[in-house]
Amino acid sequence: MIPGFIATNAPALLIAVPLLGAFLSPVIGIISRDARALWVLAIITLTAIIGYFVAFLVYTEGTVLYVFGAAETALTVPPDSGGIPIRIIFAIDAMSALMVIIAVTVGFAVILYSLSSDSRRSGLEAYYTIFLLMIGAVLGMVSTGDLFNFFVFLEISSLASAGLVAYKVERGLAVEAGLKYLLVSTIGGIFFLFAIGILYGQYNALNIAMLAEVIQWTPLDKLALVLIIAALAAKCGAVPMHFWTPDAYSMAPSAVTAMLVVASQASLYGLFRICFTLYGMTLSYVTIGWVIIILGLLSMIVGVTMAIPQKDIKRLMAYHAVSQTGYMLLGVGVGLAVLGDQALLSSYGTTAMEGGIFHIFNHAMYKGLLFLTAGAIIYQVGTSDLNRMGGLGHKMKWTMIFFIIGALAIAGIPPFNGFASKFLIYESVFAFSPILSIIAMVVSILTLASFVKVFHSVFMGPPLPEHENVKEAPHTMLIGMTILAALVIISGIFPEFFIQNLIAPAANALIDQAGYIATVLGGA
Amino acid sequence: MFWNLPYVAVVLLTVIGLATILLKRNLIKIFFGVGILTSAVNLFIIALGYREGGIAPIYTYAASENMVMATPQALTLTSIVIGVATTALMLSFAVIIYKTYGTVNVDEIRELKE
Repeated sequence: MIPGFIATNAPALLIAVPLLGAFLSPVIGIISRDARALWVLAIITLTAIIGYFVAFLVYTEGTVLYVFGAAETALTVPPDSGGIPIRIIFAIDAMSALMVIIAVTVGFAVILYSLSSDSRRSGLEAYYTIFLLMIGAVLGMVSTGDLFNFFVFLEISSLASAGLVAYKVERGLAVEAGLKYLLVSTIGGIFFLFAIGILYGQYNALNIAMLAEVIQWTPLDKLALVLIIAALAAKCGAVPMHFWTPDAYSMAPSAVTAMLVVASQASLYGLFRICFTLYGMTLSYVTIGWVIIILGLLSMIVGVTMAIPQKDIKRLMAYHAVSQTGYMLLGVGVGLAVLGDQALLSSYGTTAMEGGIFHIFNHAMYKGLLFLTAGAIIYQVGTSDLNRMGGLGHKMKWTMIFFIIGALAIAGIPPFNGFASKFLIYESVFAFSPILSIIAMVVSILTLASFVKVFHSVFMGPPLPEHENVKEAPHTMLIGMTILAALVIISGIFPEFFIQNLIAPAANALIDQAGYIATVLGGA
Repeated sequence: MFWNLPYVAVVLLTVIGLATILLKRNLIKIFFGVGILTSAVNLFIIALGYREGGIAPIYTYAASENMVMATPQALTLTSIVIGVATTALMLSFAVIIYKTYGTVNVDEIRELKE
């Protein structure tokens, strides 16, 4: 264990540890179930430590580069390659680091939670393998600086997610949801590969920084961008490609659903990375910005209106996830729409992007928390039908408290973190177009109304006779929820700290295309 | 015109694949469509990588200026492997769906609709 060696290779270990852990977990599982549980826990803890370490490096020393197979880890352009970065490169800047933090935090909480929530199921040897594979794929998606590498991790995450969504095989329904997700992801992935082919055919490069330097906005580039936006918007569940989300989110085991939210956000990250860093100023930012804003608006409105009549607790939350994705698209879309105007960008564009990016962080925390509380309720009550629940507040006090924290955060009530990011979005979007801001506020009120209804029908009222034996959720589940709830509260009370240290560098990393190119190609 | 033949094939395959996915109601036929679409994109990348008179970069003593970087071929191989994995997963889903629902017609597989 040489710290220097670990430190230099940390970005590679970020992927290597979960992948290795994934494929060794069935082997360890032969010994005993407990040994496997300890192994999985050790792997995710190690991954989390490496993730925080990489993020710390990024925030203190700037973008971390890692070139696979090169003599030096930062040697992006080998001297004999004719100026082309031929190797696979990991380029972790502040935006990637934020996504790494989100992925490892939620990953750790959900693995802890699933150790008891899914312990009753069979087929666990495959379950943890696929779960760690999915976490590794998400980490790969957000760290890579290479388009084709992004596609590979995108496909790994699609396959792993689809496998996990269909995990409750015996009911058939879950397989239907998994198949739907897999078809959408695969077709999206194929179009993404077409786009990569188009870009490679023109510029002979796959590296994002290299492409960004030479890209020109020819008709073919426009076609590639359309294919990429369609593929990634479908993967992140934006309306009108949202139809897989309620099925997949409601049928997957709850711990998986919380991680699926992060996987969707990794696709969202890919969308922003390609719009800002790959195309940057060359694309007609006003048009593309408005396309993203409209996708966001549709997601917000359709998501929340579809959520209100739902009877299934996880289906309802899934539609809210669609609606919250709309806020992120809206915030960052406004930033993209004013990208070329430095005055507007500094007056409200950057703030809108900070709001959108902060919302990604917050959403992962509170939505993960809400899905975990829903999982705890389903685990104890045995149904996900809201009409067959009631009076659970007497028996499941901690779950109720966590649900309240999550519900107030998603509705944007202070002092929880949803308020902090939504306030940034309202404020800055109002300066851009007041109507958009008003729609965002109305959606927020509808969200609150919907969650008040859920809270009332699940926790309030007299205890139902059929729930006499219901107990509080097991401890490891509660610890998993506590981690997320604590982050929801802390980032809600001290938003300034988070915005200054995590979010603002991430927003600047997206805007600063020239800086990204210089960092990645500067080593030549 | 003749040199564009691979690209014409790519367009045809894409159209056939998409039409199969959108118009067929049998799950297995939809998977065929996905397979055709995957082949279209593989052909597209391979066709992009063709250089007339190029030498594969595996000969030690060939003139190095005529060597062609094998990136598109590497991409295609990766893509083929991913396609195999996807097809296997889709087919295993179809098996389970046929066992539980007794049909592979997508119009009848809609238990999740509310």
